[in-house]
Amino acid sequence: MSKRSNEPIVWSLFGAGGVVVAHTMPVLIFVTGIAVPLGLVSADVLAYERLAGLADGWFGKLFLLVIISLPLWQSAHRIFLSLHDFGITGGETFFRVVFYGAALWGTLLPLFLLVGM
Amino acid sequence: MTSNDKIIEIEVLRYRPEQDEKPFLQSFKVPFTDDQSVLQGVQYIKDYLDGSLSFRWSCRMAICGSCGMMINGVPKLSCKTFLREYYPGKITLEALKHFPIEKDLIIDLSDFINKLESIKPYIIPAAPRTLEQGEYLQTPRQLDRIAQFSSCINCMLCYAACPQYGLKPDYLGPAAITLLHRYNEDNRDAAKAERMQLLNAHEGVWGCTLVGYCSDVCPKDVDPAAAINRNKLNSTMDYFLRFVAPRGGN
Ligand code: SF4
Ligand code: FES
Repeated sequence: MSKRSNEPIVWSLFGAGGVVVAHTMPVLIFVTGIAVPLGLVSADVLAYERLAGLADGWFGKLFLLVIISLPLWQSAHRIFLSLHDFGITGGETFFRVVFYGAALWGTLLPLFLLVGM
Repeated sequence: MTSNDKIIEIEVLRYRPEQDEKPFLQSFKVPFTDDQSVLQGVQYIKDYLDGSLSFRWSCRMAICGSCGMMINGVPKLSCKTFLREYYPGKITLEALKHFPIEKDLIIDLSDFINKLESIKPYIIPAAPRTLEQGEYLQTPRQLDRIAQFSSCINCMLCYAACPQYGLKPDYLGPAAITLLHRYNEDNRDAAKAERMQLLNAHEGVWGCTLVGYCSDVCPKDVDPAAAINRNKLNSTMDYFLRFVAPRGGN
């Protein structure tokens, strides 16, 4: 009963992702989904050059990595746990590889791209 | 019983291990008044309709924790639930979900009792205190940290609510984790490191998938889901901090 679980690793990414999602997603959805399409804010704020400029500095790179990667870990862990809630209890290793693998890919790919920019 | 009593249909899941192959539903017509609880309904059945019906109860005031059952599929204390809430519909009563049935509405609670014992639900002081030293003192703020979690009455409704306990009987479960938290957070207690080992396990706090139904059904507003979540944080700190401060982990 007392073997230590390694769950804290994914749980901390999941928790951090939850915080990021709660703080940034509403704003991002508002800007990209409502404000710009309705013309409340000029479409220029989403211009490619402007956004690509975010990735120029290290702070911007870190910000982009955080808002891309952590929400993926949040979702991956939530979907993994929900499968169990729905009674899909087999194939745990398979699902871990699929979901955490996707989140890991979604972390490493932007990491390489951002560092290379 | 007077002539203007209303009549409600109560269906009870019966199981008498010495004569029944498997549990079956038996229906009763029970007269009631608006002030009568579901527990009084089953007591009426036992007194007037079928003396062999078995169920647990004691206090009739939501404090002993023994009268829990599934009422139309929801785990509730039968003494705290009123027949009038269901009238004119019918009521279906079953033994608490996820536990083996001993007889009728009586479950075998040994698994819960073993888990409760395993978390050492009592204060283990750092050093024994002598009579001359007097009582342990606690400030209102220190009491506040544990008060809510110490109102658990061990009714097991949260275990009947938890899908994860149903899937993994080894999971320590909501009430045991909540009580573990209550003792770990008590300023008079010094056994946190020992209890953390139970929490850190896969069957400990990590058995929870954040469903939260335990807190919905808890009749004492204990909020076991909150205790579990705080301990995911505690267990995560314990996980990483043991590399930084080797004596802190285990
Ligand atoms: S936490 Fe609430 S539901 Fe669970 S055993 Fe304690 S009082 Fe009952
Ligand atoms: S009879 Fe004691 S809690 Fe219901």
